[in-house]
Amino acid sequence: MFREKFLEKSFFLIALSSISLLALIAFFIFEEGTPLIWKVGFRSFLLGERWFPSQGSFGIFPMTVGSFLVTLGALIVGVPLGVACAVFLCELIPPAIGMVLRPMIQLLAAIPSVIYGFWGLIVLVPLIREYLGGPGLSVLAGSLVLGVMILPTIISISEDSLRALPRTFKEGALSLGATHWQTIWRVLLPAARSGIVASVILGMGRAVGETMAMIMILGNAVQMPHSILNSARTLTTNIGIEMGYASGDHRQALFATGVVLFFIIIGLNTLTLVISRKKGA
Amino acid sequence: MPEKNKIVFQHFNFYYGTVMALKDVNLGIRPRQIFSILGPSRSGKTTLLKSTNRLTDLIFGMNHTGHIFIDDQEVYDSQMSLPELRRRVGMVFDLPTPLPLSIFENVAYGPRINGINQRQRLEEIVEKALRLAVLWEEVKDKLSSSALRLSGGQQQRLCIARVLALEPEVIMLDEPCSGLDPVSTASIEESLTKLKERYTIILVPHNIQQASRVADRVGFLLGGELVEEGPAYQIFTRPEDKRTEDYISGKFG
Amino acid sequence: MPFSRHTTQRLAKAVVWIAAFSTLAVMIWILFQVLREGLPLLTISFFLDSPRQMGRAGGIFSTIIGTLALTAVAIVIATPLGVGTAVYLREYTRESRVSRIIRFGTDCLAGVPSIIFGLFGFVFFVIYLRMGWSILSGGLTLAIMILPTIICTAEEAIKAIPPSYREVSFALGGTRWQTIAKVVLPNALPGIFTGVLLGVGRSVGETAAIILTAGSSLLMPTSLFSPIRTMSVHFYILAREGISMEMAYATGAALILLILAINTLANWFLFRRVRKIGGTAHA
Repeated sequence: MFREKFLEKSFFLIALSSISLLALIAFFIFEEGTPLIWKVGFRSFLLGERWFPSQGSFGIFPMTVGSFLVTLGALIVGVPLGVACAVFLCELIPPAIGMVLRPMIQLLAAIPSVIYGFWGLIVLVPLIREYLGGPGLSVLAGSLVLGVMILPTIISISEDSLRALPRTFKEGALSLGATHWQTIWRVLLPAARSGIVASVILGMGRAVGETMAMIMILGNAVQMPHSILNSARTLTTNIGIEMGYASGDHRQALFATGVVLFFIIIGLNTLTLVISRKKGA
Repeated sequence: MPEKNKIVFQHFNFYYGTVMALKDVNLGIRPRQIFSILGPSRSGKTTLLKSTNRLTDLIFGMNHTGHIFIDDQEVYDSQMSLPELRRRVGMVFDLPTPLPLSIFENVAYGPRINGINQRQRLEEIVEKALRLAVLWEEVKDKLSSSALRLSGGQQQRLCIARVLALEPEVIMLDEPCSGLDPVSTASIEESLTKLKERYTIILVPHNIQQASRVADRVGFLLGGELVEEGPAYQIFTRPEDKRTEDYISGKFG
Repeated sequence: MPFSRHTTQRLAKAVVWIAAFSTLAVMIWILFQVLREGLPLLTISFFLDSPRQMGRAGGIFSTIIGTLALTAVAIVIATPLGVGTAVYLREYTRESRVSRIIRFGTDCLAGVPSIIFGLFGFVFFVIYLRMGWSILSGGLTLAIMILPTIICTAEEAIKAIPPSYREVSFALGGTRWQTIAKVVLPNALPGIFTGVLLGVGRSVGETAAIILTAGSSLLMPTSLFSPIRTMSVHFYILAREGISMEMAYATGAALILLILAINTLANWFLFRRVRKIGGTAHA
């Protein structure tokens, strides 16, 4: 009897590990980062446009803009393509082919980000440099590659939402004389909207958090990107590039950047939670 | 002088949350007889069985008042060891549920978790249980093959053997023959008739005819209430309550 | 409306087909690009030699060892924690405030960017616990990263076990722990294994967090406290520093092949298990 109670308690403690670790991570990141934010000043840190660690300037606004632009670009590329592919997999091909394609897409999702970054570096960057000008290492390159990287996420979740719809939706619309496409566009997609939105938010989270590929192709200029052909940095690449040699205030500033990222991610997660609650707990 | 009751229900009420499943059941079950519980679906028969070996403890939100005694021991006593109780009061479910193990391991499962591990002893127990369940001859050459390959009737007899391996005092069977062909049903009914010489048996039959074939005593459960109980012959020919009579004659069910 | 409904449909479907094909084409192009240049360079000596001249020559042996070591540490730590969490959620409790909080924590953990894990691993394992840049620091960080994956797949595997199995075990006098140990876990093992494979795949591809916690030494590790470089880190450094395009292609090809192998194994396993369960449904 005691052994049973003991085991139950042990499993309970183990189950607490994920929250505890989350709390631990938050604690340490905040502990290292927030002192610097107070030191430099909240507004000056978030909105400052100058990032010169050697001179003590720690403004992350250019990086925030960089993250924003690159994520936006990724969504512009990834969402239409992703939803189109989801529709394709779900409605336009026989199930047998779908069964082959789906694992393939999952496989592609497992490819490390450095490979995507490498491809961007070798193929995309020279192309952009040659045909569109600029250094090639640019926001455009980043958006395109990031868009491709978040495709598997958007495709698989959107497709699951479409497949989860009751068959009566489709059958009802078709029996009223709608064409297949009309059914997809006017009935199925709107009905799967919440799932698709969830996939977009998840894709956003992945895009904001991506580091390695972006380091390889964004150019890493510490400047405000004024056009998509400019080089830029994101919040993540800022940390990734400088962490290797930062110390003192500089290092703390990087942790502070991490704090900002943390809030962004928690914000996105809460958004997902709110939306899924609205959908109908 | 009738022997002392093996199991006694005393003012037993059972609740799933706020829903009352058993109402003031007072019942004595005689040892080494087959007691059959009749009643339409959802009248509480399965609940009656599962509360006797406290499988209902697994359900969150369940509650009871009143008592169940087995050999004068209170079943719901906090000191009662659940594994011990379930060893003494075995249960066979309506669908055959062999575990994804070999035939031998299925029957040996009960003894193993109760601490018996020596190969020799287990082999003796398994053979004895399979013989009592009238399955030994059919499977003795393939004890290590998967139990999932047996036919429905064989699987159900395996489940009976599984219970017998624990040497229980009481065997409860909840519609054990549903989904089985007539031949398998007949062989199980035959086993039951032999088994009652050693064990107390509580049976929820698949239909009234089955009860009339094997039961010694019968009880009629309607809407959680024990309407009437008595010797099988009496209940089937001269029931005292009109509701019992209506059910037996098929007016509802 | 300038077009008829049917023309609209044809146009729209054509657009979707083009979109789908171009998506697939780009993805295959990406893999192809690296494999085409890199596959021919994958010789036995490439795998068995250690890197020389900062990676300009030689092979990738020490990075292979590094990858294996890091992944092994991560799996050894994360699997018991993940399976234990899944067991608790599925066997010891039902949906309640506590379980919802645990799931929320797990979901959040799954969404944390890898660079943040890197920062945490650096400040906590490397500095605070004084493990330095090491296999241990990197492996522990990786373990936290793959924990949500293992919890999720383990839960699915446990959920798939029919309740009747548990009921039978209880009816025969089994305790909750005996039921878990003898009925639930043995049958959930294939699903759990799939989750472990997925965790391995993730570990192999991870770069950002590893650079910050395991370092980037090309030397063969001597203990759990040695710093090492993994294949993906090596690939990244070769590409970014422009050390050797040839070596980069080769390392990239090796990396892709490894990931493909792991994922195909996981998929095949999953496929086998789904077929097996379908075949054991009883009347």
